[in-house]
Amino acid sequence: RAYVFGEDVKFGGVFRCTSGLADAFGTHRVFNTPLCEQGLVGFGIGLAAMGNRAIAEIQFADYIFPAFDQATAKFRYRSGNAFNCGGLTVRSPYGAVGHGGHYHSQSPEAFFCHVPGLKVVIPRNPSQAKGLLLASIRDPNPVIFFEPKWLYRLSVDEVPEGDYMLPLSNAEVIREGTDITLVAWGAQLAVMQQACAEAEKEGISCELIDLRTLIPWDKELVEASVNKTGKLIVSHEAPVTGGFGAEIAATIAERCFLRLEAPIARVCGLDTPFPLVFEPFYMPTANKVSTA
Amino acid sequence: MGLLPLLLRGAPKRFLRASGSYRSLYESNSRRRRHGTDAAAADQAVNSRADHRPDDQMLDFPGAKAAFTSRMEFISPNAAEAVPCFRILDDLGRALDGSDIPEVDSSLAVKMYHTMVRLQTFDSIFYEAQRQGRISFYLTNIGEEALNVASAAALTKDDVVFPQYREHGVLMWRGFTLDEFANQCFSNEAGHGKGRQMPIHYGSEKLNYFTISSPIATQLPHAVGAAYGLKMDRKNACAVTYFGDGGSSEGDFHAACNFAAVLEAPVLFVCRNNGYAISTPACEQYKGKHSIQLLAFVLTTSQYFFLFLNFDAPGDGIVVRGRGYGMTSIRVDGNDALAVFKAVSAARKLAVEQSKPVLIEAMTYRVGHHSTSDDSTKYRSGEEIAHWRSVRDPVLRFRRWLESNAWWSVEDEKELRGAARKEVISAMNQAEKKNKPPLSELFTDVYDTLPRNLLEQEATLRDTVSKNPPSLAPH
Repeated sequence: RAYVFGEDVKFGGVFRCTSGLADAFGTHRVFNTPLCEQGLVGFGIGLAAMGNRAIAEIQFADYIFPAFDQATAKFRYRSGNAFNCGGLTVRSPYGAVGHGGHYHSQSPEAFFCHVPGLKVVIPRNPSQAKGLLLASIRDPNPVIFFEPKWLYRLSVDEVPEGDYMLPLSNAEVIREGTDITLVAWGAQLAVMQQACAEAEKEGISCELIDLRTLIPWDKELVEASVNKTGKLIVSHEAPVTGGFGAEIAATIAERCFLRLEAPIARVCGLDTPFPLVFEPFYMPTANKVSTA
Repeated sequence: MGLLPLLLRGAPKRFLRASGSYRSLYESNSRRRRHGTDAAAADQAVNSRADHRPDDQMLDFPGAKAAFTSRMEFISPNAAEAVPCFRILDDLGRALDGSDIPEVDSSLAVKMYHTMVRLQTFDSIFYEAQRQGRISFYLTNIGEEALNVASAAALTKDDVVFPQYREHGVLMWRGFTLDEFANQCFSNEAGHGKGRQMPIHYGSEKLNYFTISSPIATQLPHAVGAAYGLKMDRKNACAVTYFGDGGSSEGDFHAACNFAAVLEAPVLFVCRNNGYAISTPACEQYKGKHSIQLLAFVLTTSQYFFLFLNFDAPGDGIVVRGRGYGMTSIRVDGNDALAVFKAVSAARKLAVEQSKPVLIEAMTYRVGHHSTSDDSTKYRSGEEIAHWRSVRDPVLRFRRWLESNAWWSVEDEKELRGAARKEVISAMNQAEKKNKPPLSELFTDVYDTLPRNLLEQEATLRDTVSKNPPSLAPH
């Protein structure tokens, strides 16, 4: 009782994510919807409310905004748990891709992190994507799953063939270190890895954490790491003001104030719409992270 | 290619091509293209089309199939006549000549009437309760009782309802008790919503009535998704969603109608066109209009003259949109219980048997204020309200029909009104006495289980509350 739908999903999708599904499962289960984000998420809520797994695709996260009203996740709460749309998963490619400009590059995760009742999940590579996506689909809460489009063609990984899930609301330490904690998600981790390698040459041992689930997020793991290192940098592509890094910084400042040896730094996108030709200057590059 | 040119040459001008694959039309042309250069092949392809008489060239763009015309003619924004409104009973509850009365026997009719009266009674008493400060908010269904109850009576209990907020009669018909209504209004611990939403935001899983939410028309796409699910599960059921004239302006209306038609979802879109969206009259909500012309004779002390008056009346804004989406639609007198019953029954049958959506524009009038936060005398006349409350009362109209069948009497009326009043007041008093829900319910159901951030926040809150005087703490 699972359905996959969205714009251009039937032939395989603009990023080939749904290739072959229509042939395998039939066009009543894998189908195109008319071009309307509010309709497609609303439709997904209705399907999910009847106990189905509704996997909706928003073609680019830049177009998710018309669906924001539908995505405000009060369905279970307002009905006193009589109804829920936990079977809904909204997948959407997000993030910079080198040439996307204003409307093919945005990272809107912060807007959704402010919605009680939603989960926001972001994978950093294919094997993580499979496990996290299966977990998201099966999670009994509505999940927004942002896929870093930059990595669709770039990221190569050994992906186990069987069925497996990775836990949500669980961050992961992907590089151990002792001098400073770095937190990021999605494609930004590759940038952070670069910065960590640079820092290593200067004798700085970095601990890199992939947050994986942005809400509800794994505060305990990040807190434990900062208690060890005493310093924190958060980095994301989205504009710095009001970005999710602010939530992490505020929480860690609260919890680790007496342990911190330096102010928490945020290396993020600038407070501008995502520019085309200026992209290299806008992005939180490895250089900027190293400098921080 | 053989037969095709033959058929087309002999065809009358308005012949439309029978269905065929769009791609196959161009196969022969593309074969030629592969043999020559692109330009030469394109020329050849164009010339082969010219073999056909110009009149036989059909519109075959992927977006539409129709005949061409050499006459430029814009489609008028309004049809010559407004879409007629289906009714069975006249304003006095008498069956019109030639009416085909649906199968409503005395027990069904009396049950419908009972529900309408109970609804009216509940509305008037709870409205007053808000005025007395006993509940924080209330919203009535006055003037729309027939629409609520008759449409509900035409559905089965397996049909899933996605209401706006002025369809309490549908829920009452299905069996939501007066206690259940009252508990939600008083936000007590027995209420289904666990006290989280404003009064009247009812819902019932058991009765297939999705919980009401305030934003307008957001339920419409939900209904389409649910209907699609019912179709795929091969259930003998449809989804039904209600909304007002205001709701039909929302983007979600357009989204839902389009999806329902394209994806072939068995859903009924019931528009309660009650003339007002809070203070905004229908003529400011949609444009479809009809001109009304009057010739008036004016006599003054010194002279007389004729005055030609031309003014616009709201006409066809909503029901006509059905055709735009490729959806069956009908306009019905929403204050005629029998007409509503018949139309909704037929629409339901069509939806379930053919997996098609149907748009029903039910004309009615919102007698009450929008809610207890509104004073509608600020934007409409007291006379207008009084007229619709009394002369055009749909409950009275239905009662007249019952009486004409000797299914109802003055004594029955007195007894029912008295009993309903007693029951409602009792439910209200009981609900008012019950406790509010426990503090834990502030945090539950945000997710299926409490995440760590909510566990922390609950602990912090309880700590704060325990340090404060008892009067500030819930029980």
